[in-house]
Amino acid sequence: MSKKGRFGIHGGQYIPETLMNAVIELEETYNEYKNNEAFVKELDDLLKTYAGRPSLLYYADRMTRDLGGAKIYIKREDLNHTGSHKINNALGQILLAKKMGKTRVIAETGAGQHGVATATAAAFMGMECEIFMGREDTDRQRLNVYRMELLGAKVHAVTSGTQTLKDAVNETMREWTKRIDDTHYVLGSVMGPHPFPTIVRDFQSIISKEARQQILDTEGRLPDVVMACVGGGSNAMGMFYNFINDKSVRLIGCEAAGRGIETGKHAATLTTGTEGIFHGMKSYFCQDEYGQIAPVYSISAGLDYPGIGPEHAYLHDTGRAEYVPVTDDEAVDAFEYLSHVEGIIPAIESAHAVAHAIKIAPKMKKDAVMIICLSGRGDKDVAAIARYRGIDIHD
Amino acid sequence: MTKVQDAFKNKKAFIAFITAGDPDMETTEKIIISMAENGADLIEIGIPFSDPVAEGPVIEQASLRSLANGTTTDKIFAMVKKVREKVQIPMAFMTYANLLFVYGKEKFFAKCREADINAIIIPDIPFEEKDELISYANKEGVEMVSLIAPTSLQRIGMIAKEAQGFIYLVSSLGVTGVRSEIKTDLAGIVKVIRQNSKIPVGIGFGIATPEQAYKAAKTADAAIVGSAIVNIIAQHGRNAPEPVGAYVRKMKEAVMRAAE
Repeated sequence: MSKKGRFGIHGGQYIPETLMNAVIELEETYNEYKNNEAFVKELDDLLKTYAGRPSLLYYADRMTRDLGGAKIYIKREDLNHTGSHKINNALGQILLAKKMGKTRVIAETGAGQHGVATATAAAFMGMECEIFMGREDTDRQRLNVYRMELLGAKVHAVTSGTQTLKDAVNETMREWTKRIDDTHYVLGSVMGPHPFPTIVRDFQSIISKEARQQILDTEGRLPDVVMACVGGGSNAMGMFYNFINDKSVRLIGCEAAGRGIETGKHAATLTTGTEGIFHGMKSYFCQDEYGQIAPVYSISAGLDYPGIGPEHAYLHDTGRAEYVPVTDDEAVDAFEYLSHVEGIIPAIESAHAVAHAIKIAPKMKKDAVMIICLSGRGDKDVAAIARYRGIDIHD
Repeated sequence: MTKVQDAFKNKKAFIAFITAGDPDMETTEKIIISMAENGADLIEIGIPFSDPVAEGPVIEQASLRSLANGTTTDKIFAMVKKVREKVQIPMAFMTYANLLFVYGKEKFFAKCREADINAIIIPDIPFEEKDELISYANKEGVEMVSLIAPTSLQRIGMIAKEAQGFIYLVSSLGVTGVRSEIKTDLAGIVKVIRQNSKIPVGIGFGIATPEQAYKAAKTADAAIVGSAIVNIIAQHGRNAPEPVGAYVRKMKEAVMRAAE
């Protein structure tokens, strides 16, 4: 049996035969280029000159004093071009797609951050681009839809199933099976069939590569806790990766608990999910006793996904990382808190990690050090949060 | 010759697909009987999945209708057992990896044996992942059907060599659904399959008309039809057994012409 692309028992390549040669070609191309000096330099230059890397590791002094515990640092992925960590992966994959001779890219998006990043990189590199987004999300994130269109992408509102992120993935996979020759699927998270979980993790691991060096430079030591929000898990995987071998560093992923675990209206895959096979991978999923994928819910379109990347499933199984649920209410409170206290408006996804920091930082020693990955900025969420608070603003 | 290959005893076969539980389980039972009476050589019963990524809108909608009616894997096993009192032709399940995995593969295939299900088709289990299931299936007398696609290229020989039951040749890129024209060089693919395997080949995805069925059966050994049947069921609901039967008869005649 092939052990390719496995993280413990998780991962694999559970996809239709039609796609097999495409993922094999992708793997071969990636293996050829990942250590190729010219390719690495080309991507590195793009990240510096176009995406604005390295991103800041910001010491949140006011938040630290206010909470009265651990020293809090924020890895500012929100300051990247396009406003989130998603550009790291989009640039990398579209560069790979060019090497494969593809002229067209397609992608799923939840909140629209990955769609915007893909549309941006596609515009920049002269690729045709089509984005699939659940109908419910095109309503929740109308500004991002317009933004993608402005960047020259065609946006398809997906009306099948629950009309959210998982359905957008279904539809993008279907589109890929229809048109493989000239098209690369820029998968946005550390999920899907091998080699995507590895490729996306590698492109996102620059987050922890920088953060690890930055904290050593500033504090002269490793952090005690590193945390990030988790939907599919790309910013978390990027934030965790270079700390995995530093056993003293606690890794915490914050899942969307929606209206509360007990209400059933959530997307907390590792808190409540069971093992399964979906979207090309073996991992944990929110599903019923027969394996039907459950409709999930979160205020955050980017975390509103019933699965999680296979490497997270593995880190969960081995106990190397912890995964905790954070509710809508807690995330919205954290969204407002960071805006007031630090003058930083976080993406509602990232606010899930901020919320958990607010919970645990006060209980930590004053000399303890924590890093929160702020995966994206919150401009896209302002109208939705206003509505959540009963203020009728439409974007 | 295995029970699945019985379907090919008249040289050319007509394989019919149905989504179990659409519009309801009683009707599915009647449709299966009607399909068998009207000449279907093998029936593929789809166990609906919430997220059928290899399916086009027709079968996806049927799957969602069925699930909304409360269809479960257990209810389908019960229905098949009942149908088996009247239908002797080979039958296969078509479903997604997750439903088997979560149900428990040992238990799933043991129940297949009880219901006399002879083969399984899982579109999201490619060659690389089949070892996880194949020994469990075979242990209970269930053959695991392999799919070959127009994009399989150098993989065709490798897949064909280890194939069982029959080979499901996907006629064109994309998902299931009715197509007006099929452009892939199927004869070329069938030739490579024949060099590597003796088992029969059925062509599916996109076949709706007798003319297309004739061509498929002429090129290979069987025509496989799904979406066109599911469309008739969507249109006629509980009254579908008769029109589906008439359609199957027409398609079977076309396939038989290819045997002449």
